[in-house]
Amino acid sequence: MSGDRVTKALLFISSLTILLLSAGIVVSLFGGAVPAFREFGLRFITSSSWNPTAGSEQYGAMSFIAGTVITSILALIICIPMAFSTSLFIAEYYRGTRTAGILRSLVDLLAGIPSIVYGFWGFYALRPLLVATGLTDQGFGVFTASLVLAIMIVPYATSLSAEIISMVPAELKEAAYSLGATRREVIFSVVIPSARSGIIASFILALGRALGETMAVTMLIGNANVIPKGLFAPGNTMASVIANQFGEASGLKMSALIAIGLLLFLITALVNYLGKLIIKRFA
Amino acid sequence: MNNNPQSDNVLEIRDLSIAYEPGKYAVNGVTASVKRNSITAIMGPSGCGKSTLLRAMNRMHELYPNIETKGDILLDGKSIFSMSVIELRRKVGMVFQRPNPFPNMTIYENVVAGFSLNDIRLKKSQRDEIVENALRNVTLWDEVKESLYRKGTFLSGGQQQRLCVARAIAFNPEVLLLDEPTSALDPIATSKIEDLLGELKKKYTLVLVTHNMSQAARISDDSMFMYLGELVESGRTGTLFTTPKDPRTEAYLTGKFG
Repeated sequence: MSGDRVTKALLFISSLTILLLSAGIVVSLFGGAVPAFREFGLRFITSSSWNPTAGSEQYGAMSFIAGTVITSILALIICIPMAFSTSLFIAEYYRGTRTAGILRSLVDLLAGIPSIVYGFWGFYALRPLLVATGLTDQGFGVFTASLVLAIMIVPYATSLSAEIISMVPAELKEAAYSLGATRREVIFSVVIPSARSGIIASFILALGRALGETMAVTMLIGNANVIPKGLFAPGNTMASVIANQFGEASGLKMSALIAIGLLLFLITALVNYLGKLIIKRFA
Repeated sequence: MNNNPQSDNVLEIRDLSIAYEPGKYAVNGVTASVKRNSITAIMGPSGCGKSTLLRAMNRMHELYPNIETKGDILLDGKSIFSMSVIELRRKVGMVFQRPNPFPNMTIYENVVAGFSLNDIRLKKSQRDEIVENALRNVTLWDEVKESLYRKGTFLSGGQQQRLCVARAIAFNPEVLLLDEPTSALDPIATSKIEDLLGELKKKYTLVLVTHNMSQAARISDDSMFMYLGELVESGRTGTLFTTPKDPRTEAYLTGKFG
């Protein structure tokens, strides 16, 4: 009995610690963001000016919000066809074969590569390629960042979708086969409809990752504090601006960066919540 | 419907062996036949290979590339391995152990799923007729006619299983394979399905896998007893139950194992 009580207490304490930690992070983000919001009000969100000159300081998050949303959505659009077909390949078409096993390990390997390595690869390998196409002068910008971001989130979307697709009960597929359906018909009429909500959720969770991704994007987006003017134009994201500028920031600028962090946290939390809601609703 | 109405046997199984792993036979050298418009029960303890034998009859094992099948099965005198698997499965329908209506489809869509999955386009009036006939044949029509356009998943287990039978017979197959169709159902739903099978054999040939001996005794015309992958004994159900020839059959029937 007493051992039971000790275990219970230990579990309670660790759970409480997690709870307190997350509460602490939220509280300090809110606290740090207060000066910026007090100074600029809602204009902090809608304005895209970023002027750190002492005396005429102006901070607005809009260019970074735009950069983050544009790069993430673009990355998601590039990611969907790759991840969707790969997950079907792994979990349905070549399910249980060596080929699928190797591919699955490669996908997991991609997920484990550190962000900075992706950034480096994008900088030295991908960027010159884009410059060679003549579409961009230096290769920095929204498109380059989105492309690398897409490659980074493909593994997450793929392994989640593959998991969901492989969970479609064999008896449903067998029922369709027993009615004379072909493989293609089974996949499109039974497997995908049954797994649809889970597949959508896995892409939303991948979007959540793209939103917060920092290093690789910082190295490739060009770090211009403006709303990007085109696909190949430079811009900046919420995570990047924090990473680039927090070292030399103080006072109002620091508060502005923290406020951007808070906004990023809220956006990411919302997207993740949406993904989980969809999984729960339809699972 | 039958190419060869004189022939008594719809299915002829010839020296059939099935291995899940090389050298490990789940079904070993089975030779047997299934008579037209009858119920043939395949009995035996868990793991004896009865479901494996059944699933060979519509080439279900081909979904799993590691499974190796040797021997032959003839449907109306023609090897099932020489016909297209799609054609075969339209002639040999299947009902599974657990009711498995398609959760993303309505009751109506479930019944005609065989047509829609195969991209066979029918007029609305034809579809309506097929749905009503199939549901009447499984005595489900009166229970669901008001809710045809609702998802099939709100039905009770027994109703879902009858819906699955309706889905399988909507194509008017020759043979209906039933893999322990009542093992997930309560006694009342079970007896309804049993009554239904008695009716269905007038139109179709039924092969029923069951581990329930009394069910086999109640509704089957012929029985096969399998043990460790071998067909130990087969014959008229009445004969097999009263005067089994093999001591293993007798031991199983008297409850010594299984």
